[in-house]
Amino acid sequence: MSIYDKPVTFAMLAVAVISVGTLVTTFIPLFLPSTQPVSPLVKPYTAPEVEGRDIYIREGCNNCHTQTVRPLRTEVARYGDYSKPEEFAYDRPFLWGSRRTGPDLARLGGKYPDAWHYRHMADPQGMFAKSNMPAYPWLAKTRLDDSLTARKVRVLGYGYDEAEVSRRMAEFRQTVSGPAYPAAVLRSQVTPEPLRGEATELDALVAYLQRLGADLKAAQRGPIGPAAAKAAEARNPFAGNKTAEEEGGKIFRENCRSCHGERGEGGFGPKLAAKSHKYGGTDAELFASVANGRPGGMPPFLSGLGKDRVWKAVTYIRRLEREEK
Amino acid sequence: MGDGERGSSIVMGFVLSSVFWLVVGLVVGLWVAAEMIFPALNLTPWLAFGRLRVVHTNGLVFGFTIGGIFACSYYMVEKLTRTPLAFPGLARVQLWLFNAAIALAALSLFAGMNTSKEYAELEWPLDIVVVILWVMFAAIVMGTLLKRREKQMYVSLWFLIACVVTVAVVYILNNLAAPVSLTKSYSVYSGVNDANVQWWFGHNAVASVFTFPILAMFYYFLPKTTGLPIYSHRLSIVAFWSLVFGYLWTGAHHLMLTPVPEWIQTTALAFSIFLIAPSWGSVVNGYYTMNGHWDRMKSNYLAKFFILGITFYGLQTIQGPTQALRTLTGYLHYTEYIPGHVHMGTMGWVTMIICASMYFMAAKIRGREVHSVKLANVNFWLILVGQLLFTAALWVAGIVQGAMWKAVNPDGSLAYSFLDGVAAMYPFWAVRLAGGLLYFAGILVFAYNLYMTSRPAPRTA
Repeated sequence: MSIYDKPVTFAMLAVAVISVGTLVTTFIPLFLPSTQPVSPLVKPYTAPEVEGRDIYIREGCNNCHTQTVRPLRTEVARYGDYSKPEEFAYDRPFLWGSRRTGPDLARLGGKYPDAWHYRHMADPQGMFAKSNMPAYPWLAKTRLDDSLTARKVRVLGYGYDEAEVSRRMAEFRQTVSGPAYPAAVLRSQVTPEPLRGEATELDALVAYLQRLGADLKAAQRGPIGPAAAKAAEARNPFAGNKTAEEEGGKIFRENCRSCHGERGEGGFGPKLAAKSHKYGGTDAELFASVANGRPGGMPPFLSGLGKDRVWKAVTYIRRLEREEK
Repeated sequence: MGDGERGSSIVMGFVLSSVFWLVVGLVVGLWVAAEMIFPALNLTPWLAFGRLRVVHTNGLVFGFTIGGIFACSYYMVEKLTRTPLAFPGLARVQLWLFNAAIALAALSLFAGMNTSKEYAELEWPLDIVVVILWVMFAAIVMGTLLKRREKQMYVSLWFLIACVVTVAVVYILNNLAAPVSLTKSYSVYSGVNDANVQWWFGHNAVASVFTFPILAMFYYFLPKTTGLPIYSHRLSIVAFWSLVFGYLWTGAHHLMLTPVPEWIQTTALAFSIFLIAPSWGSVVNGYYTMNGHWDRMKSNYLAKFFILGITFYGLQTIQGPTQALRTLTGYLHYTEYIPGHVHMGTMGWVTMIICASMYFMAAKIRGREVHSVKLANVNFWLILVGQLLFTAALWVAGIVQGAMWKAVNPDGSLAYSFLDGVAAMYPFWAVRLAGGLLYFAGILVFAYNLYMTSRPAPRTA
């Protein structure tokens, strides 16, 4: 007599054997508060963001984009601060992904202005010729269905009621369809006429994308890590250097063109081929704008490009200024 | 119809369904491989990459592999117990329900009804159907085992029992969700816990779908085709229990360097390394079975499928644990290297073993030789070369991509933008597509050869 001639006993033994690892690594951690800590700095998603997140899930964005920055030097330089467990307390399901065919999105919120996203979702290759991001033009052509939003929020237990959902959705509709919306021009280019007064699926998706990592960024106030170091340098070491200017042009086309235009004529970002600049035109001010970013969608470039290449970009901006005259 | 014939027709039903879903899943796979290179192919919402990739993985995991597992399990259980299948009526219902469920699953994923949890994307009503199908499978397997005429259970039956219980536990626990509507639900776990439960599932779905039942087939069909008894019974006992015990600890190696608690990651890493031993227990058992009879690789058209299959299993189970090492995961995770790894397991190990098992069963059931040994050889070489081209391209691609992501200039700034890394991938993606096409051609040859072998025997006067 052995277990190899008793199928039921064998099956029960197999269950016992697989239960050990399951209990220790999966089941017990569910009941440890330290596995998923909660922080007051991280708030639940708002009603439009819940809908945007569901569109992200429906379209399977997580198949190509991760949402977790690992504590590795180059990863932090590329994307921003590494992910903390507290940030995911309201994520049901989690959307960390497993493959980066596209870049990580955990720190996307606030990196670009809304207008950038409207254009990018409609025509990624128009902004980045080598990108293989699919275009999603139909999202702007579909009215956002919010008939289930209140129910979703209740199931998710986000702690606000149906009235708050209706209020937020109405406010959201007003914001995105209003003339004062900073992305109004781009939005009306991709949104068909009859839907311009409504909230579309793309509006909700953009709201969600702008929320990613935003709580943490707000809490940390200002750039961290290498970006914070010695931001304001006084003088451009490459001023008048032709080779640096050429290199700066290449850097400009790869990093700045999609927002500021081919010749710095302006786009989502302000015009750069101009005598005066929004945040000041001295070497130090231009360097600070590029290196650390500015509110409203100018991303920081210091950690990715490094000091020299930021200065070269500034050198090229000087040339654009000259050509403008 | 006699008991034996009834069992055989159910087996053949699952064989043909499984091969049908294999072809469908591969067509979708080729389409998404092409979309990586030509994003303009994302023509409509139903054809967009994010939805199609999920149709590809689910179609091949649930349609092809699970269908193949049902077919081979019913065949092996009947033979190894010398008993006709229990509840043959239920098995017939299961066959129809299975095909209906896969069709519905594909449609729902095309439509974007998708929970986002990898290999558990189906929404809750279909999860319930999957559980019902699995309960039917368990009832038929256990029912047949209980009324068996053969006292001892052979090692293949242990692996089948392990498959039955493990899939049940991990599938149900990972899919627990709070419904919002018939087509939408939210996971009951949040954030880090959801990730930890998901990859505990994800890894053990691999264990209990791509490993346990495939090993069951290997242990049964290799001796059957070659006429050589398995080398060591004791080795298979040790390998079985340590594999089944070790697998459940390793899920978090998919989550290295994420916010998952450090101790869970380290435990997963340690057990991943440990798993090399029991995995290779089966590899060694297979190789020693051939000892002194390696000429059968040439003389027996199926032996090479099994031996190459177990070789890729061996390579897979070394590559996998090394990818969990912190230094290597930091370099390779999220790159193309990982899809390369996965596809060696599925295209090399799983398909090789299931193809060969199906050839064997179809010929036995129809009481004839395989339609064409020559075509079976063409099938073998096409899927072998296709797979090697595919996986090697992605490994190199992953190493290049990882290097570009990590490269820094002397001043500490990043040497490449993310887009530079994308642009460098296009040639590799083209080679991957070419490999996929070769592999697909091999599968078409297989489907044809299998179909010709499994046509009902002509009534001779």
